[in-house]
This record gives sequence, structure tokens and C-alpha cells, in this order.
Amino acid sequence: MELTLWTYEGPPHVGAIRVAASMRDVHLMLHSPQGDTYADLLFTMIERDGKRPPVTYTTFQARDLGSSTAEMVLHSLREAAERFKPQVLMVADSCTAELIQDQPGALALGANLPVPVISLEMAAYTRKENWGAAETFYQLVRGLLSRQAPPPGSERPSRAADVRPSVNLLGPTKLGFRCRDDVVEIERLLMSMGVDVNVVAPLGASPRDLQLIPKADANVNLCPEVSDLTCSWLARTFGMPTITTIPMGWGATRDFITEVASVLGLDIDVGAVGASRLPWYSRSIDSTYLTGKRVFVFADGSHAVAAARVARDEMGFEVVGLGTYSRERARDVRAAAKEYGLEALITDNYLEVEARVQELQPEMVLGTQMERHIAKRLGIPCAVISTPAHVQDYPARYSPQMGFEGANVLFDTWVHPLIMGLEEHLLHMFRDDFEFNDSVGPSHLGSEGEGARSTGQSAGGQPDGDKTLVWAFDAEKELKKIPFFVRGKARRNTERFAEEQGLSTIEVDTLYDAKAHFSN
Amino acid sequence: MSSVIASSVEEHHPGPQTQERGQRAVFCGLTSIIWLHRRIQDAFFLVVGSRTCAHLIQSAAGVMIFAEPRFATAILSERDLAGMADCHEELDRVVGELISRRGGINRLFLVGSCPSEVIKLDLETAAAKLQVKHENRVRISAFSGSGIETTFTQGEDQCLKSTVAELPSLASGEQNLIVLGTVSDIVEDQFRRLFDDLGIGNVSFYPGRKAGDLPAVGKGTRVIAAQPFVGETARALIDRGADLISAPFPLGAEGSKSWFEAVASVYDVPQERVQQILELPYQRAKRALAPHRAKLEGKRVHFLPDSQLEIPMARFLSEECGLEVSEIGTPFHDQLIMQGELARLAKDVSIVEGQDLDPALARVRESRPDLTVCGMGIANALESEGLRTKWSIELVFSPVQGFDQAGDLAALFAKPLVRQDILEVGSWS
Repeated sequence: MELTLWTYEGPPHVGAIRVAASMRDVHLMLHSPQGDTYADLLFTMIERDGKRPPVTYTTFQARDLGSSTAEMVLHSLREAAERFKPQVLMVADSCTAELIQDQPGALALGANLPVPVISLEMAAYTRKENWGAAETFYQLVRGLLSRQAPPPGSERPSRAADVRPSVNLLGPTKLGFRCRDDVVEIERLLMSMGVDVNVVAPLGASPRDLQLIPKADANVNLCPEVSDLTCSWLARTFGMPTITTIPMGWGATRDFITEVASVLGLDIDVGAVGASRLPWYSRSIDSTYLTGKRVFVFADGSHAVAAARVARDEMGFEVVGLGTYSRERARDVRAAAKEYGLEALITDNYLEVEARVQELQPEMVLGTQMERHIAKRLGIPCAVISTPAHVQDYPARYSPQMGFEGANVLFDTWVHPLIMGLEEHLLHMFRDDFEFNDSVGPSHLGSEGEGARSTGQSAGGQPDGDKTLVWAFDAEKELKKIPFFVRGKARRNTERFAEEQGLSTIEVDTLYDAKAHFSN
Repeated sequence: MSSVIASSVEEHHPGPQTQERGQRAVFCGLTSIIWLHRRIQDAFFLVVGSRTCAHLIQSAAGVMIFAEPRFATAILSERDLAGMADCHEELDRVVGELISRRGGINRLFLVGSCPSEVIKLDLETAAAKLQVKHENRVRISAFSGSGIETTFTQGEDQCLKSTVAELPSLASGEQNLIVLGTVSDIVEDQFRRLFDDLGIGNVSFYPGRKAGDLPAVGKGTRVIAAQPFVGETARALIDRGADLISAPFPLGAEGSKSWFEAVASVYDVPQERVQQILELPYQRAKRALAPHRAKLEGKRVHFLPDSQLEIPMARFLSEECGLEVSEIGTPFHDQLIMQGELARLAKDVSIVEGQDLDPALARVRESRPDLTVCGMGIANALESEGLRTKWSIELVFSPVQGFDQAGDLAALFAKPLVRQDILEVGSWS
């Protein structure tokens, strides 16, 4: 049993629903108890879809457990096939159905349904949402394409000279982070390189579209959490190369252009493809105060790695923590963290993330909806960069994260929660203003400010039994003169310094000694 | 009973007319945690279930940002299912972790889910054992919020029922009144003032604002339901000697008047005094309803099953706002608690207990009502088909009971229609 306050991912069958709801002409029959239809709301409310997701639930109740729930499965399958007439019917268990073992996949295969059936094994007690989406997408693509596969070892024919190069964009789904606009942005970018987009999948694709995947020259692994498995199967089976750079941030977008050009054998001047305002905004003097702002990054694997690069190389922040809840991408994140001289935090335990943020006392958190809870508790500015997200991160306006426009969006989004430069200077100088002070948030956020700030708490949270470190009254008072957004770090550094020096009381001088000590 | 409705036996609604079985698009009882955690501020809800359960609750509540969450899930792992880990020991550890993290909680609810019930994990026994261990710090009890056992608001019923055994006994010769079912703070305050004016003392609201607010129960206890989904708790209170007062629910001017009259008559408050005290709020409610009635009158409303509030809401809309009711779907029809309502419902109104989603939606499309009251999994889909909807969950999340909320209640239903008239963007048909 694992105590979970917040979960970063839903169960795997929600991943399966994401794939089904992203596509056209597929239907999912989910064997599940009454109540699991809450998942519909993710699509009708958070994604604001104007139709129900293509899912039929058996919705068994306690009284059904006595009789045959398998009968309900067969009934639901026939009804779904008849009513919705999908090109492909997918069948899966939710977590409770997994316990009663009706084997709905096997039942479906034996039921002589007038539609091809793909049976999914969801492993609800070991796997999670992104795995479920990846597995579902993979099973669909494999199920539809394996018969088209050329014999192993055969050479992939090269593109005819009069055919425009094309790629597939694989991985975007409903309930992904800004997938809707990322697809538009990347399609536009590829278009301006003279590259066609053959199939976008799962988002907007039908099973017939999936059958066209091998016609493209390469696959863009746009959301590896969902499409990694499929891309590597397509590479193995059809010899299709995979483009792996995630074009999030200015530099990564340029790298993406370079990789697309090299994989497709195109001669392209990167600088001529497009431009972002981020580089100039970030170089302009108004941004100087962003230098060295300490940020903590936690997200799904691909967004975490991409955000860390933007944070350090394009915004001039210092990345003080980097982590992910995607165990499947742990290796990438560890490698990236190493580059920043950090130990990656690989966990899906919200409390561990909270403890790390508290320990590091960053000036900003780039995270998920869950990190917003942590940031509120600790009084730290926060921006959302990845799922899990809530309805406010499925906006009406064009808001890609990828490509050149995506970089513009990132700049605005990340700077917004921070106190603006002039206000920051004045807070350093004058502490007791009746309007502008520690207990109110940044004035440009109006009442959005998070209220009381508690960053001044002891870094460890709870006082440790063995330690007898005491803050003298004057020193504590002096500490309060440091603005809240750096006070946590000052307290932590001072305490660390005092411990190293074997001091038991922190005086005003200790505070300044520590400041001098850590000033490099 | 109010004199507004002339009621002969034949005109009474006979009760459920049809039952339907099939796919049900409803919430499970775990969802009741979303409002219970706010009502009972010092309680913590620990769901024992799967990642699905955790995901459900955070998808619903996680749009709010919590500095201190008041609910969590103990997620069962493969080891628990394979019997490699002793579930009771595991629960012991998790509860210990939780209690040490959260000092301020006075009541811990272990909440059963579909997985915990299918594997027959006995949470009641676990709660009793844990209670011994944490005796001085926190009260611990268990209830089921599983989808296989409970639908949406039934979770509250199970939650309340789980604490009935702990209620102190009412001293013999004493009298008290228990108002059963969560109402918002402001409604509680208004009701208390009216009970005071009526000279009815010793009134408890159950659940109260603190976990320790447990009313006494015994021979002199009268219970009146403020919500229609508390049937099992009502029965448990009856088992402990309480009498249930039958009344319609306090929705709208008429509903509220009848509700207070029913209580007053049990307490033998003189008729003139009752009329005198209720007259002012009653007339005020009527005034507040009038402008909304103008927008709603003559419209047709269709209820899909959700919270058991459907029957009283349909009564309110037809009796006080002049709507025609084309169908009342309800997830569960409790005849005991609904007695006072059925007496006032036109006998030809179709009541459907249970659900078979696709045929039920086909009936909505067929009859094209002016307003469909339904869950959020369906609402936007119907809107895009050109049908106006009122998402039903809001009826549970809003202060709607009592005289001074009658106008607000009508406004909830009028708003989608008003919006249709205001908006010039796009087309709804």
C-alpha cells in the first residue's frame, strides 16, 4: 500500500481512453464498475470536448458480481459494435475488473463481432496512465500494420526525386500538455522547411490513417511518453528513422530543424526557417534580474529535460533541482541532470517532491498541477510546464510549448509569476511599506498573490531532534529583512554554515559570515 | 402539511414506474468526499483503493490548490493483492504515516472502494483496531464509497451511517431534533434562527462543522432530512429510537414552508404562530422566485439520474416555477425518505429508476426538452447537439435549501436559458 495525496498519473486505462478519444472511428469497451465513467469528464470538462469519448463501460454493480459479469461484457461489446460501428473495437479492463478476471479481450475475440478487435492488457496495479496510452497506441499500430511489414532485412526504398519529403507526427493525444497547438506549430515549421506531414496520430487519426504511416520518410517522436514504443517498433519493422529531438525552446527547435534536415537529407539553413522573440527578450536588459534565479523543475520526462535546457541556456536561471515522475524516461532525465551537476529526482511520490522543494528553497518551481499545491504551501512562484494539468491549462488561445511561438509562450509564462525587477529592488530596500511587503504577493498579479509567505521556515521543516541550532533574536530579526523570495535560501545557507563551523547559536554576524562564505 | 396542494390518495404519485438497467453514467460514492471534507473541517478521508480512485478525486477537486490536502488514497499494489503483504499491517503503517504528518485531524474515515471490496478487505475491523492504537488522538471509522455499492451522494449516507453507533444516547425525558444531510453553513444559520423563532430548541445538524459535533440520539429524538440521499442513516437513527418526520424537502418557498410546518406540527407549535413566523420568509421567497418563474414557465425539463435530488427538484420546478416535467431519472428511489415528495408530484410524471445510458439519451433527443438536468460527462455533448443543459452536480454544491435560497435555486435552472438568449456567438440549434 502506498499513501498517495496526489497522483501524477491516472491508471493505465485512462491512457487507453486518451488514445481512443484522440482518434476517429475507434471505440473502446471498458470493463469497469459503476463510477469509472468519471473519466468522461476529463474530456468533456478539462478538454472541453463537445462529444462523449468513444467509450462504452460495463458499469457493473455489487449485485452483478453474484451473476455473470461476463454476460455484461458480451452485451456491451455487441451493443457498442452495433451502435457505433467503429473501424476497430478495443477492449480493456479497469483496475476492479482486473480483479474479477472475466478476460474481456478473450471474450471479444470469441464473440464473432462484425469488427476487428484489439485486446489490451492494462496491468492496473503496476503501470500508469502514460504507459497505458503508449501500450494502446502501440497495440493499435502493430495490429493494423504488422501484415504490411516487409520481410525482415529488406532495404527501405529511398524517396523518389519528385516526391516531397514527409514525416509522421506521433504521440500527441487529448489530455496531453498543449498537444493541440504543438501539432499546429510543428506542422507549420515543417511546412516552411518543405516537409509534409503524412499522419498525425493518435490525435485526429482514424485506423485507416494509421495504415498510411509507413508511407512517410520518418517518424517524429513528438511525445515520447506515448509514442516511443511505437516509433521503435516502426523503426525495427519498417526501417523508418525516428526524429528524437523534442522541439521545445529556441535551441531545441533549431536542433530539431537540423535533425529533420539531416534525417531527410535536406539542405536547409536553420536561421532561415523561422525565429522566436525569446532570444531578444531574454537578452534585453529588463531580463538581467532573471540571472541565476534558482528554479526547480519537475515534470514528465520530456518536458522536464526540455524545460531545464530553456531555463538555464535561454532564460539564464540556475537549475537547482530536476526530476520526473516518468520512470520510463528516468535514464534521459538522469543524464540531463548530470549536465547540470544535479542528482535527478525520480519519483511519483508527491511527498518526496515536496520535501525536495522545501530543502532546496528555489525561487521558482516549474512543475505540474501538483507542484502548484507545493508552491502554494511554501509560498514560491510556480508555472505549469507539463501534465498533470487542469482546465486552466487547456486554454482557448493559441498556446504551444513547441517551436518558435512555443518559446515565446514559455518566456511569458515563466516570467509572469516572478516579482518584477523594480518591485524586487524596492522590497530589498524598504521592508515595512503598508502596501508593498512580504505578506502580499507580487503587485502585478493583483489578488492572485498567494498570500502569506512562509519561505522563511527552517529548511528542514520540522526541527531535528539532535540539532541544537538556535537563532538569536537579533539574527532572526535580521533574517526577516531579507526579502521572502531569497530568505529561505539565506536561512538554509546560514544554518548549513553554522553547522559546518560547529556553532550552536546563530548571531547576526553568523548570518553575514555565511553570506560572505556562499557569495561566489 | 401545507394547504397549497389538495391531495387525495389517487392523485399521489404511485412511486417508481419503471426501472432501467444498463450502462450508468454516474459518480461513485467517493465523490462525496469533495464536499464532506469542507463541511467537516477536522476530518480526513483516506480512500483504500486503486490509482483510479485517487485519480477520480483529484480530477474533481484538484483544480483547487491545496496547501494541506484533507483526503488521500492508500493505493493497493500488486503485493497487497497477491497476499504477499498483510493488508492490515500495511494500512496500519499508512495510517501511522498520515497521522504523524497531519496533527490537526480529529476524525479519520477509511473509505472503501471497488477494489478493496472485491478483495474483501474488512475496513470496519481495521478501523476498530486502529482506533485502539490511536485512541487519544483521533476517532477512526470506515464506510464504503465504492461504485459497486454507492452512487454519488450515497457516499454521504454511508459516511454518516458509520458514525451513528458513536452518537451519545439521549437522556430519557429529553427531546432533540436532528437535521440530517449536509447543508451549507449559511443555510444552517438561517434554519437555526427559524427554529429558535418557532421555539424549537436542541437542534443539531448532522454532519456538523466539526467531527466532534455528534448529536445525541434516543427515544425523544426527531429526525428530519434536509437531503434526499440519507435514507440508510435515517433508518440507523430510527433503530436507535428516533422518529422520522415525513416532509417534502426544503427546496423553494412551498417546500421550505411545508418542511418547517411538518417539524412545527410534531412539536405542537400553535398554527397561528407558525404562519406568523413563516409568512415573512415565505413571501420573500415568492418575490425572489417571480422573475425566474417568468423565464422558466411553460418550459419542459428532463432529469437524468445523478444525486437523488431529481424528484424534489422536479417537484419544485413544476409546482413553483411552472415547468413541465418530461422524465425524472433517479439513480435510486428510496420510498421512505421520498414519501413527502411523492404526495405532491403529479401522478402521470414518468419516474425512471436506474439507467441505460444510450437509450436514455435517445429519449432526450427524441423529446428535445428545453432543459436537461444531467452530469458533466453528458452536458457538453448535449449542448453541442443544440440542447440546453443544467449540470446537476451544482445542485449538491450550492446553498439551495430554505426560503432565502429559493430564488437562487430557480436561477440555477434559468441561467442556461438566459445565457442562450444573451449569447450571440455561434448557434445552439
